[in-house]
Amino acid sequence: MERIPILRIGDLLLVSIQVDMHDRLAMTLQDDLTERIVRDRAKGVLIDISSLDLVDSFIGRMISNTAAMARVLDAQTVLVGMQPAVAITLVELGLTLPGVKTALNVEKGMVMLGQR
Amino acid sequence: MNATGTAEMVRFDSALLANAGARVESSITLPLHTDEHVVGVRKVVREHALDLKLSLVEQTKLVTAASELARNTIKYGGGGMVLAQMLDSGMRRGLRLVFADDGPGIADIAQALRDGFTSGGGLGLGLGGAKRLVDEFDIDSRSGEGTAVAIVKWKK
Repeated sequence: MERIPILRIGDLLLVSIQVDMHDRLAMTLQDDLTERIVRDRAKGVLIDISSLDLVDSFIGRMISNTAAMARVLDAQTVLVGMQPAVAITLVELGLTLPGVKTALNVEKGMVMLGQR
Repeated sequence: MNATGTAEMVRFDSALLANAGARVESSITLPLHTDEHVVGVRKVVREHALDLKLSLVEQTKLVTAASELARNTIKYGGGGMVLAQMLDSGMRRGLRLVFADDGPGIADIAQALRDGFTSGGGLGLGLGGAKRLVDEFDIDSRSGEGTAVAIVKWKK
């Protein structure tokens, strides 16, 4: 089964989404991430979307839900690397990802998670 | 794609597309039944957007709108197809997409276009959101017969 790899760095989990995800793949990632937060006792999750040229309402909802689930599991989520065109489109679409922390890149995201 | 869907689209075509008045340069249809089909539509629409030389922001808006509408066709319409047409009005070129299904139809279109309205557990941004991302938007839905949504993005 197709899966998006989740890397562990210390007590952080890093996901770099590099493919155009179909909806089932996005849901699998959400499930895998919540499972790994618990199994690896992760304190933070970095979701790197710098390779994504599209975030529609389904993917946006997956990101919001993942962040909410992580919070309940005592982990912080930071979304990093959103392309400007994607940001413009998301806001116009009406999706502002409330409750999701963002950073410009993975490095800044890691700093953000280290300072909590 | 099934024969009923084709018949539906031809009929919807006349209602939705008569007023555009542009020459159709090319025309293709793609099936819409699975998650993978949605990804396929995004890819084809991106290629057309590049051909139109749309800016990156306009490309992203168009592909995102197509993704929302393709998903609606599958999720609420029970599957269908999308017609992609490159248009040339003489003054400008554009891409027209028509998403058609022969599902239950939308009872209240005005309600369905409002942000926050959903019948499927989503965020309710699909239809109204897609409308904001394109230049022209038209919808025709008949109870028990199906829904067609047409959008156009022009190269400015």
